[in-house]
Amino acid sequence: MTSLSDIEVQAEALHCNVQPILNEVLHALDRLIDTGEATTIDLAGLPFAPGELEALEASLGSGEVSAQLDALGTSSIRETVYPGVWWIEHRNVYDEVVGRYLEITRIPEILSSQIADICAGRARLGEQFE
Amino acid sequence: MKYGPTVGEVLQAKGVSRRGFLKYCATTASLLALPPSMIPRIAAAIENARRPSVIWLSFQECTGCTESLTRSASPTVEGLIFDAISLDYHHTLQAAAGEQAEAARHAAMEENDGGYLVLVDGSIPTANAGYSTIAGISNVDMLMDTVKGAAAVVAIGSCAAFGGLPGADPNPTGAVGVQDLVKDKPVVNVPGCPPIPMVMTAVLAQFLTFGTIPDLDKHGRPLAFFGNTIHDRCYRRPFYEQGKFAETFDDEGAKAGWCLYKLGCKGPTTYNACATVKWNQGTSFPIESGHPCLGCSEPRFWDKGGFYQPLSTGHFGSGAKLGGAAVAGVALGVAAAAAGRRRQAKFTKEA
Repeated sequence: MTSLSDIEVQAEALHCNVQPILNEVLHALDRLIDTGEATTIDLAGLPFAPGELEALEASLGSGEVSAQLDALGTSSIRETVYPGVWWIEHRNVYDEVVGRYLEITRIPEILSSQIADICAGRARLGEQFE
Repeated sequence: MKYGPTVGEVLQAKGVSRRGFLKYCATTASLLALPPSMIPRIAAAIENARRPSVIWLSFQECTGCTESLTRSASPTVEGLIFDAISLDYHHTLQAAAGEQAEAARHAAMEENDGGYLVLVDGSIPTANAGYSTIAGISNVDMLMDTVKGAAAVVAIGSCAAFGGLPGADPNPTGAVGVQDLVKDKPVVNVPGCPPIPMVMTAVLAQFLTFGTIPDLDKHGRPLAFFGNTIHDRCYRRPFYEQGKFAETFDDEGAKAGWCLYKLGCKGPTTYNACATVKWNQGTSFPIESGHPCLGCSEPRFWDKGGFYQPLSTGHFGSGAKLGGAAVAGVALGVAAAAAGRRRQAKFTKEA
């Protein structure tokens, strides 16, 4: 044996969280359709086994829309194959994940231009005409 | 009382956009274990919050707690929370020393009387005041003097919370935790050896955001992080309930990632958030790396028997705790306990 990677380790896969989360998403979609109520699921508080988060991501897939936000590090906002279900990942400037969410909504709030930013931008543009 | 700029002003001065601020608030909600629906309330509170003054005292400690916080490559969003406090005294981090440093501590106390936070790492010796001094001041005197005008005290790490390693039997320095001495101020314990950086940040974030301390358990620990056992949130728990245990560190069960209960895992009696928050930027936690939980966030964990002896062999003393440890997989747990006792008997015989 020459290195740690020579030790044969094959952890038994556990995917206990995937089905319950998909069920939660299903119920959230029902609420969105019936009442327009949006839901956010914070994935940080769930005890994922190795590989389980990837399994959840794979089961939701990628849909038609994908966007990148550059503010305090990058964030990726991606609609899954299920319209209205968004996979959102916030990263810091070191490209480390600092937040991971599922948003069940028509459009995540963070994608909308914010009034404060619009006002600041309008002021900057206005300066060009002074 | 001196008040600094609001957090909103600090962020604005740093050129953080409103979208960036929303991202900051979403991460803060996660930190505080609050539902995402609270994000608008957090945004409103943080925007107008004033920077609190923080005095950090280090007593009988190894600097591991400070290392945990400052060497953790703090994500920028968490880092902003530290930008949002005014760390006025920390004798490991500050440039000033001796009389200058002590003058800075007194100035912060006077200017922020009644509103500053005191963070403490390390235990306090009581057997002899001379065992640990800073600038000629005993740890007890410095603590009691500094907390007089504090809004609250946060004990960082198992030493400050419960006495920790210095307090281990036979406790030659008479080491005690902050809560043993400070009786007239709110004391929040953030134990761990070291504690999870995010938990320390969360307590500060809560104070910053709502001006309050979090809800606490019977040991003074924030319930949001210490409300469940490691075992309750462990991804290997299904193996415990299926009766699949690693018997040694290199057997097939260990390689397959089975439960580490029989290798001494203290997860069933240890309250902490390692299984969900994890370490090293969320990479893993000890059990995920194949090592049993040592129970480092529990009082007197050093004196609770061998780290590799199963809970069921009785070193945790009470039958009630053993009952709690094996409560879920009753039959399987009992089988594991019996096997553990057999193993210990074998060790004793061999010794």
